[in-house]
Amino acid sequence: MIDVSGLRKVYRDRGREVVALGGVDLHVRQGEIFGVLGQSGAGKSTLLRCVNLLERPTAGTVSVAGRELTALGEADLRRARQRIGMIHQHFALLSSRTVAGNVAFPLEVMDVGRAERARRVAELLELVGLAGKAGAYPAQLSGGQKQRVGIARALAGNPSVLLSDEATSALDPGTTQSILALLKNLNRELGLTILLITHEMHVVKGICDSVAVMRDGLIEESGGIAELIARPGSRLAAELFPLPDPEPGSVTVTFTGRADEPVISEVVRKFDVDVSILGGALEEVAGVSAGRLRVRLTGGERAAALDYLTGRGLLVEEAA
Amino acid sequence: MSWDEMSPLLWEATGQTALMVVWSTLFTVLLGLPLGVALILTDRGGLLPSAPVNRVLGLVVNIGRSLPFIVLMIAVIPLTRLIVGTTIGTFAAVVPLTLGAAPFFARLVETALREVGRDTVQAAQAMGAGRWTIIGKVLLPEARSGLVAGLTVTVVALISYSAMAGVIGGGGLGDLAIRYGYQRFETTLMVVTVIVLIVIVQLVQTVGDAVARRLTRR
Repeated sequence: MIDVSGLRKVYRDRGREVVALGGVDLHVRQGEIFGVLGQSGAGKSTLLRCVNLLERPTAGTVSVAGRELTALGEADLRRARQRIGMIHQHFALLSSRTVAGNVAFPLEVMDVGRAERARRVAELLELVGLAGKAGAYPAQLSGGQKQRVGIARALAGNPSVLLSDEATSALDPGTTQSILALLKNLNRELGLTILLITHEMHVVKGICDSVAVMRDGLIEESGGIAELIARPGSRLAAELFPLPDPEPGSVTVTFTGRADEPVISEVVRKFDVDVSILGGALEEVAGVSAGRLRVRLTGGERAAALDYLTGRGLLVEEAA
Repeated sequence: MSWDEMSPLLWEATGQTALMVVWSTLFTVLLGLPLGVALILTDRGGLLPSAPVNRVLGLVVNIGRSLPFIVLMIAVIPLTRLIVGTTIGTFAAVVPLTLGAAPFFARLVETALREVGRDTVQAAQAMGAGRWTIIGKVLLPEARSGLVAGLTVTVVALISYSAMAGVIGGGGLGDLAIRYGYQRFETTLMVVTVIVLIVIVQLVQTVGDAVARRLTRR
């Protein structure tokens, strides 16, 4: 649905070159929620703004819904943007317009007639749960309500893709959950493809199907969440399950979707080893439970025990 | 001087001041608003960035603002003759008043428009809005309370400038105060004129503030 390839963005700042994106490839499938995770300054915001060409990339191509945006002229690009929704960290609503007026804005841009506009606005406000707030001004709304207006506005053009620029970063935890739930709902019910950027792991954990971890203008790893966690040396897994640095001789076992199988006790029984648990974490990620256990195995048939765990489909990483 | 003697003089002068201020305000807006918008558009990071155009516009505005009004009034006499057909009288004063106030107003417009958040403009761009839509439906409406505040300041400045219009026969309250109050030692008239000016400025400021407040939705 979104195809980005070879994307580079270089800024000139007082004669010096600053590389914001150093060659990024990204493939977002239709109907998935794709998260780009990274610290501020990692380039994720630049990446997102290159997708609807708010920023012109220095090199590389961007295609959305089968159209190569980087090849379009100004008028065609404006039309293509009407089919790409975007929501913003600080909502970016028009303070001089009511809630209904804000949602009507993109429809005005698309030259939708007055009666049809009113009908669509009512429909969209209903969809985001703000039917009673049509006449309110943004200043009278809470942060969560403002973001709901932003979402309604972004959906006005029946977009195939929604871009989310840290949409929950300015919200409190409870409100964040309700906005994430709304996004997940829209994804499921409208088949809306969502590309979001965030620095918060819980956003990725909560609603993303796939994720890319960004650092210094490059994507370090990307893929389906369960698949990434099961990959050796995964940064995502390390951040998702923060464990202390492994001590020599310890073993880190990562499992996805098999938290209820008694593998540890099986190993103890079968291979006559002693297991002491040094640390562990369990998380519900992308609808499956996944976890990481740091253990020390001693005695008995230690090597065979580790082989057995690997054979059971767990990721076993031994500290040097 | 008795009140009966002063009254017609005051009425006439107030009418002339009003005439000068109203017309020059109208032309100041017609000239200054597009100029202010152009300054924002052509600025670095604006919707139509152009460093040369921006520099030229900035220079024009600064020249207009650096001339003392009384000098400007004399300096533009040829232009006044071209536009109005005469160089003396109330209408002749409207030309220099407009030229004096428009650059001033343009800067205030620029400042007010700059207050509109960059992310608001970019959100409109992301929705596929073109330049003119963004100017007409985002920049100007979002900045409207700042624009009204700027206009209020400009009108007050115009009232002050218009006091100098007597030099080219424009009449008005300032002229009355100078000719009668100062040159003929009519202290009472001077005091009354000053009070009338204060009342007018207060009125303009109060109305301007009220409108600006009504337009604020923040």
